[in-house]
Amino acid sequence: MRIPRDTWLIFQRHMGLFLRNPVWVAIGLIQPLLYLLLFAPLLKSIASVRGFPPGGAYNVFVPGLLIQLGLFGATSVGFGLIHELRIGVIERMRVTPVSRLALLLGRALRDVVTLLVQSLLIVLLSLPFGLTIHVTGLLVILALLALIGLLFASLSYAVALWVKSEDSFAPLVFSATLPLLLLSGVLLPMSLAPDWLRAIALADPLSYAVDAGRSVFNDHLGDVSVVKGVAIMAALAMVAVAAAARSFNRAVA
Amino acid sequence: MPIIETSGLRRTFGGGKRAVEAVAGVDLAVEPGEIFGFLGPNGAGKTTTLRMLATLLTPTGGTATVAGCDLRRSPQRVRERIGYVGQAGGSDLQSTARSELVLQGRLHGMAKPDAQRRAAELLALVELEAAADRSTGTYSGGQRRRLDIAIGLMHEPRVLFMDEPTTGLDPQSRARVWEEVRRLREHGVTVFLTTHYLDEADALCDRLAIIDHGRIVIEGTPAQLKRQVAGDVVTLGVDGDRDQALLLLKAQSFVREADAEDGLIRLYVERGETALPAILRLLDGAGLGLRELSLSRPSLDDVFLRQTGRSLREQAA
Repeated sequence: MRIPRDTWLIFQRHMGLFLRNPVWVAIGLIQPLLYLLLFAPLLKSIASVRGFPPGGAYNVFVPGLLIQLGLFGATSVGFGLIHELRIGVIERMRVTPVSRLALLLGRALRDVVTLLVQSLLIVLLSLPFGLTIHVTGLLVILALLALIGLLFASLSYAVALWVKSEDSFAPLVFSATLPLLLLSGVLLPMSLAPDWLRAIALADPLSYAVDAGRSVFNDHLGDVSVVKGVAIMAALAMVAVAAAARSFNRAVA
Repeated sequence: MPIIETSGLRRTFGGGKRAVEAVAGVDLAVEPGEIFGFLGPNGAGKTTTLRMLATLLTPTGGTATVAGCDLRRSPQRVRERIGYVGQAGGSDLQSTARSELVLQGRLHGMAKPDAQRRAAELLALVELEAAADRSTGTYSGGQRRRLDIAIGLMHEPRVLFMDEPTTGLDPQSRARVWEEVRRLREHGVTVFLTTHYLDEADALCDRLAIIDHGRIVIEGTPAQLKRQVAGDVVTLGVDGDRDQALLLLKAQSFVREADAEDGLIRLYVERGETALPAILRLLDGAGLGLRELSLSRPSLDDVFLRQTGRSLREQAA
């Protein structure tokens, strides 16, 4: 019972620290609002372009926005960890019998919960603009986002533990996420891409998540792309969690 | 039975030609209830040794038992029995002292009410009650250090490891931390600390080891170490025939060496405290008056200098 208990303790600590800091809470809430305010107005006009996928502008773009939010939010959590390394918190916890998996999961779950709250906010605020989604669809999309959050937060923590400094962490993470994002079809559907680009995009795991998200928002819950997207994210998340938990156990100089 | 015992403990960083042997075979025995100091310049291997003993770093060779458990076979059981105060501290600036303490207790498996009770106890002990529910970002360096120590003591460990506990503190806060550490001895807690301050090693430690280039060069109580080097120095000025006095004193068995300089006689003796009364009796018996008399003891820096050929003061500066 050590792992769930320890995970809960670490989760509570980090959720508490997050909520104690009004700046972080404000940024966390304003971020999704910015996406809607500064980006959504573009959607109205582009939706009338010939060849634009069916289902209404918001139903095409919101899944992409959510996944982008998940990617950016989760990959940046390593900055916090580097800070914790510097002030000795990680070291202090490693000299307790606390489960190493819990050190990772507690933090990653905090990141997943904040991502889900932000996502829910985007979905709710998009409803008046014509977004349509069923409750089941919403649950599926939240599950998908939770896996994305877990996957990229774990990777971010593993990289942070590895490089140990913001100077190396920032360029590494940004140069890794950019191709992932561009090839995923988040910004524009990959159906518009030439064949060679589409072939490369097959190697981008995030593209399957985007496909799954679009299918859900298109009310095609039973589509094979949904199962595929969720399964790929779940498998990768498990690998990332295992790798990051190992990093927590390894020596941190 | 020693509470910390190592044999041939070593740690190498990197591999191949670029391998660096940070700790090159350390043999140690620390008895329960001791304050044991590891003294050495930066890069001597003292922090690496401490980090190995505190389960933060896996040794590449040798064996060690800490608090009755094998360090390499059961690090998890070692962690249950030790406390650790790192150089960087370990509390979050947004967090409060009380919540950090309670969390630490809970991470050690304590139930919430027990952790809260113990936290209150420790807050009183290190006199942080008034600041207990403020965020630690508002603390002074000394307050934060006392919190770090309290965090390390939360689960009543048998051994507390402290990595340079007073580095960066003002003199007053240093004195407070020393006081806390001495109090631990009264509670039967064994303290293993590293320092590069000679006065700290001298004032605080029951026993210490000087480490240089990954090896222990000498070990003992501060007094033993100092005595081993040169013995004590007695300087005296006499009224009357100085040469007569010098001859008289040179003939004594407790005087290793004697010379005269600037009208003063300098004697190198085994133990100053027993030599002084004998010197007084001798001079009195010979009818020689005493103008001045002083006893000085070699410093740990003299010990360090003698053992390593370098001064620790130069290193620390």
